[in-house]
Amino acid sequence: MANDKIEQLRSEIRGACAAAADVNALEAVRVAALGKKGSLTALMKDLGTMPPEERKAFGQQVNTLRDEATAALDAKKATLAGAELDAKLAQERMDVSLPVRPEAKGSIHPISQTMDEIAAIFGVMGFDIADGPDIEDDFHNFTALNFPPGHPAREMHDTFFLPENEKGERYLLRTHTSPVQIRTMMSQKPPIRVIIPGRTYRCDYDMTHTPMFHQVELLVIDTETNMSHLRGCLQEFVRTYFGVDDLTTRFRPSYFPFTEPSAEMDIGCSRSGGELKIGNYGDWLEILGCGMIHPNVIKACGLDPDVYQGFAAGMGIERIAMLKYGIPDLRTFFESDLRWLRHYGFAALDVPSVTGGLSR
Amino acid sequence: MKFTLSWLKDHLDTTAGLDEITSKLTALGLEVESVDNPAKGLEDFIVAHVTEAKQHPNADRLRLCTVNTGTEILQVVCGAPNAHTDMKVVLARPGVTIPITGEVLKKGSIRGVESQGMLCSARELKLGEDHEGIIELPADTAIGTPVTQVMNLDPVIEINLTPNRVDALGVRGIARDLAAAGMGKLKPLDDAPTAGKFPSPRKVKMGLPAGDAHKCPQFAGRLIRGVKNGESPRWLKDRLNAIGLRAVSVLVDITQYLTIDLGRPLHAFDDAKLSGEIGPRLAKAGETVAALNGKTYTFDETTVAIADDAAALGIGGIMGGEPSSVTEGTTSVFLESALFDPRNVGATGRKLQINTDARYAFERGVDPASAVWGIEVATRMILALCGGEPSEIVAGGTAPDHHRTIDFDPARVKSLGGVEIPASEIQGILERLGFQVSATGAAWSVTPPSWRSDVDAWQDLVEEVLRVHGYDNIPAIPMPRPPMPKSVLSPQQRQVNFARRVLAGRGLNETVTWAFLPSAQAELCRGDLPLVTLANPISSDLDAMRPSLLPNLITAAGRNAARGLSDCAIFEVGPRFEGGAPGQQVNMAATLRAGHTSARHWAGTRRPVDAMDAKADAVAILEAAGLNPIGLQTVSGAPSWYHPGLSGVLKLGNQVIATFGAVHPRTAKALDVDGPMVACEVFLERIPLPKKKTAGAARPLLKASALQPVERDFAFVVDAGVAAEAVLKAARGAERDLITDVGVFDIYQGPHLGEGRKSVAISVTLQPKDATLTDAEIEAVSRKIVAAVEKTTGGHLRA
Repeated sequence: MANDKIEQLRSEIRGACAAAADVNALEAVRVAALGKKGSLTALMKDLGTMPPEERKAFGQQVNTLRDEATAALDAKKATLAGAELDAKLAQERMDVSLPVRPEAKGSIHPISQTMDEIAAIFGVMGFDIADGPDIEDDFHNFTALNFPPGHPAREMHDTFFLPENEKGERYLLRTHTSPVQIRTMMSQKPPIRVIIPGRTYRCDYDMTHTPMFHQVELLVIDTETNMSHLRGCLQEFVRTYFGVDDLTTRFRPSYFPFTEPSAEMDIGCSRSGGELKIGNYGDWLEILGCGMIHPNVIKACGLDPDVYQGFAAGMGIERIAMLKYGIPDLRTFFESDLRWLRHYGFAALDVPSVTGGLSR
Repeated sequence: MKFTLSWLKDHLDTTAGLDEITSKLTALGLEVESVDNPAKGLEDFIVAHVTEAKQHPNADRLRLCTVNTGTEILQVVCGAPNAHTDMKVVLARPGVTIPITGEVLKKGSIRGVESQGMLCSARELKLGEDHEGIIELPADTAIGTPVTQVMNLDPVIEINLTPNRVDALGVRGIARDLAAAGMGKLKPLDDAPTAGKFPSPRKVKMGLPAGDAHKCPQFAGRLIRGVKNGESPRWLKDRLNAIGLRAVSVLVDITQYLTIDLGRPLHAFDDAKLSGEIGPRLAKAGETVAALNGKTYTFDETTVAIADDAAALGIGGIMGGEPSSVTEGTTSVFLESALFDPRNVGATGRKLQINTDARYAFERGVDPASAVWGIEVATRMILALCGGEPSEIVAGGTAPDHHRTIDFDPARVKSLGGVEIPASEIQGILERLGFQVSATGAAWSVTPPSWRSDVDAWQDLVEEVLRVHGYDNIPAIPMPRPPMPKSVLSPQQRQVNFARRVLAGRGLNETVTWAFLPSAQAELCRGDLPLVTLANPISSDLDAMRPSLLPNLITAAGRNAARGLSDCAIFEVGPRFEGGAPGQQVNMAATLRAGHTSARHWAGTRRPVDAMDAKADAVAILEAAGLNPIGLQTVSGAPSWYHPGLSGVLKLGNQVIATFGAVHPRTAKALDVDGPMVACEVFLERIPLPKKKTAGAARPLLKASALQPVERDFAFVVDAGVAAEAVLKAARGAERDLITDVGVFDIYQGPHLGEGRKSVAISVTLQPKDATLTDAEIEAVSRKIVAAVEKTTGGHLRA
């Protein structure tokens, strides 16, 4: 009889459990079976009234039933909770095709980026960076660089002057970064390897000239650097900078007051179809001026030109940026047009490095 | 410098072709700027004979020509009015490309009649603008010959001359360089003297005072009488025209020609218009000359005038005068060949703003030995082209001594030039260039020729040798370099780079603006700094050096707003000028934000920019540079171009390290820009460098507690003028061991707090280290915080 009762209860609880439609109904089933006044609890109470020989077996059966019931209730509860979550999530919808919240994208100006690229390349070759003032005196900008007063090459520089001061000195805006050569040679002992990037100024404003522009100057001075090193150094630079491993270079004699011998370097290019391409296509593009430092310059810095020698080179930063990145108009570099800055600018994290990638 | 190929070959005996010559010129440093070869593209055009030209049967204006090429008889339809029977013409046969159109000529039918070619005009061959009719060649021209062999199609070469190479101002100097480089042989120059037939009645007077004698050290002349002036011969006119000069009359053209041919400027006076002695003297102040270019120039006492007894005749070394110049009727010419001081010619030319070939040459240094041979060469040419009878040469002064020797060790070619060249070749190159070499072992003695005033030092000789040997034979050898490169940037340079990239990461676009601006704008943002102006600005809009980066950034934002981009966030890193002397510039980073923080969007969190955005930029720059912002003090006192209430300065100790805030509306208005804008300026060089750590790059050990931090909130009612920073600082200092963070989460002002009061709500994070805090311990810390804040701010805990 006791067994019948257990079987009946088992089937009742199973049925109720299966029939429970939600968490509340299931809770009612739990209370009805396992609560203080529940049917299983009542069976346990019956235990006390039983003869001892039956009590053990019956007790085991009730316990088994209670474990079964608990497991069935838990399983059902999990099923119901899952269904309820699904129903709730089914109500939660958003249009994920919406554009993301705007985040301002900043940029680095091509001039800064190009300077960083140049520093990265020459850094590998053991160069430091030097700098000097934009407002210069005649000695550093001209005289020490072997432009004697009255020299026609001075006139070619279209110099901006400041008014003469009470001491009769007339300062000027440096027309090239070369005065920093003088400052460096006068303040450091050879061997010296520096690059000097910076703002430069000339009184000229048209399609291809702006009154302010940027140059980078190279200065090497020691006792054995010769013209083949100059050529090797610059060739490695242009090949790395333009990313053309076998880029051909051409050296031509030229003239600068502060170098002797002087040269201009051309790189291979193509102009076919009105489009300029850097590479070995048979045509030539002038890219920079350079030469061995003039003995008068070495002398002006207090060194002996029969002992010390080295080279200097200079190039326009905007120009090489224009060539590499296809920027058509020099004047746009200084217009602060947001459209231009965003289009030609570089990402903040795009830090050039020879080993990590110079440019994307 | 322009010349033609045939002109070059007057001096150079060579078999080299045009391309070979032009590429060698560039390799020699005589950079070829352009080559205009009229024969190019005309190789397939031939000379033909029109045996008959008759009316086209179907067209009034066309002619039907029978053309003999020597090998065949063709029928050609021609529209030119000058086509006639029995003329020699330039024939294009089907298949050739017509230069002017670039199209290939096809056999065709014109008005029903077949045309088997085309008779060409000068314009169609790009040989000129003449389109009136077809080219008629001389009757004796052989038919079937390529036209390139019968027409005067002399290629014009233009080179870019560097200012040191005055010797290459003459065609002869160019030929000498080419010969030295193995492009043929330099022909001898016929400058043998012509004996004078009579003493010159015109005497030379060197009228310069002793101290100025160097301004015209030598003046040579010669009278040639009985000359016949007139039109120059065809070849002379062609050459002058080819290089863009206008033929005037044969006497003038000879002086023009020799200036180009030999780099020797000369002047021809009509002797009948001179009076008394001729020669150089200093001009009188206010003296004038009507020059050959039609303008009248007024001199000062530094000008060297060429004068006779009556008047100043010309500007020494620059330009002759109109009244004394030769004309068609001249029968007696006085030829001048002189030397002038480069610096004085340059100064005079600049002062009077005259550019002539003569000035260009004298300014850079004409061959000091050339005054007399210049006369001789010109004499020969005048006698040949104009006839006449020469006087003896009259001369004053002497040529400056150009003789100098340079000690030269040929091994320097390798040690400086980096290329191995045998000593014999080094010597050969120098000698072919006109240098005298006395070579014994390693100690050579080299004497430059008179025309190479640019060569002074052994380094110059190395250049000469390399130039002729070919720069392209210099090997490219990588520089010996350290096995592992070191950091190329100094700590300051790294700070600046970090700052720049942090700002870009914050959404600002970097820009680069002029270092100058209108002085009116400089006035707006200079504070106590002096106004630094330029003596010769490029325009009045760019006449002052900037005392601040902001005006340029503000006007840039204005220009962008005018283009419809009113939300603008830009920055610049660069100098401001605190004075007008070297070293008085300071490197700044400045930001400017205008408009809103973002575009309008669906989440709706956009707001106008405010001063705190600018402060955030400033703090970000300082943090990027390695500064701990906790140590900064924010106080008022930003410069006058900021809004007085919505601005501040960041100080480190006593030093202002940055300023920030809303741009003063008056400043914005003066710059003609609307709308709220905020800005910051950071003095990059005032940021202390990160301390060198003894432990290298190692960081202090992280002591992360396993215990939960506790957060407690407090609200204080303080005077509205109390800085939030003071509240935070007091709270932070109340129990340094326990308090790890303090933040402001609410600012409230309302009537029930009382007039001039505000509530500052802060949240304090307590981080226990050894054991969980008991309620009593938390209570004790809270009391300390309240006491500290109340004491320093005079406020009280909000009830």
